[in-house]
Amino acid sequence: MPQLLREIRQFIAISQSHDIARRYFVVNGFDGALTMLGLLMGFYFSEDTESGTIVTVCLSAAIALAMSGLSSAYVSEVAERKKEYRELQEAMVTDITGSAHEKAARWAPLVIAFTNGLSPLLISLVIISPFLLAPVGVVFPVGLFESSLGIAFSLIFFLGVFLGRVSGSFWLVAGLQTLGIALVTTLLIYLIT
Amino acid sequence: MSEGDIMVKVKKILLDVLKPHEPGVLEFARTIAAQGDDYRVELTVAEMDDKTETLQLIIEGADIQLETIVSAINSMGGSLHSIDGVDVVNVKPE
Repeated sequence: MPQLLREIRQFIAISQSHDIARRYFVVNGFDGALTMLGLLMGFYFSEDTESGTIVTVCLSAAIALAMSGLSSAYVSEVAERKKEYRELQEAMVTDITGSAHEKAARWAPLVIAFTNGLSPLLISLVIISPFLLAPVGVVFPVGLFESSLGIAFSLIFFLGVFLGRVSGSFWLVAGLQTLGIALVTTLLIYLIT
Repeated sequence: MSEGDIMVKVKKILLDVLKPHEPGVLEFARTIAAQGDDYRVELTVAEMDDKTETLQLIIEGADIQLETIVSAINSMGGSLHSIDGVDVVNVKPE
C-alpha cells in the first residue's frame, strides 16, 4: 500500500495533473452552472415551463457540455503530453520507456479529460435536481424554479470561493465576483426576453 | 579457502545519475532509500539544466542491491551514467 501511494504521489507530481484538473474543474464547472442558469432563466421568462421539457433540454445541454469538455481536454492534453514526453526523451538521451513519465503521459490526459467532462455534468445535475427529484415525491420549501436558481447561484458563489482560496485572496470577494457574473448574465437574459 | 566461502557485500556505492526535474530530489532519494531496509542515501545536485538535473548519489547499506536501485532510478525516468565508487567487503559466513 505505501508503494502504491508513493506511485500515485509520483504520478501526480510528474504529470502536475492536480493543478490542471483543479483549473479545468472550476472553468468547466462554471460553464455548466452558467449554461443551466441561462436555460432556467429562459424557461422562467417564457410561456412554456413544463417540467419534462425543462429536464430534457437541461440534461441534453449538460451531456453536450460533458462530451465537449471530455473530448476537447483529451485531444489537447494528449498533444501537450506527447510533446513534453518527446522533449524529455531528447533531453534524457536514453530511452525512458516504462518510466513514471511515460505512464503519466498516458494517464494524465484521461484523468484531466474526465474531470473536465464530469465537472459541468455533475454541477448541471445538482442545479436541476429539484426538477429530477420532485416527480419521485421530494418536496421543496419553494417552487422548483426558485430552488434550482437558488442552487445555481449558490454553486456559482462557492466556485468563486474555491477560486479565492486557490489564489489566496479573500473568499467573500472572490465569491461575490462570480456571483456578480451570474447576476449580470441573468440581467442580460431578462433584457432580451 | 574455497570459492564457496566468499560472501562479498556492497556497503557503499557512488553513482552519477541524470534525471528529469520531477520527481523532486527528496522524493527521488526517498524512493531509492525505500529499496532496502537499512539504506542511507546522500544526494547532491551536481548540475541543473532546462529539463534535467545531474545527481551524485551515495548509497550506504549492509548489502546494497544495485539492480533494484537502477530499476528504481529508471522507473522515475532517470538513468545511471556511471558508478564512480564502491565500497565492497568480504563477509565471512557464520
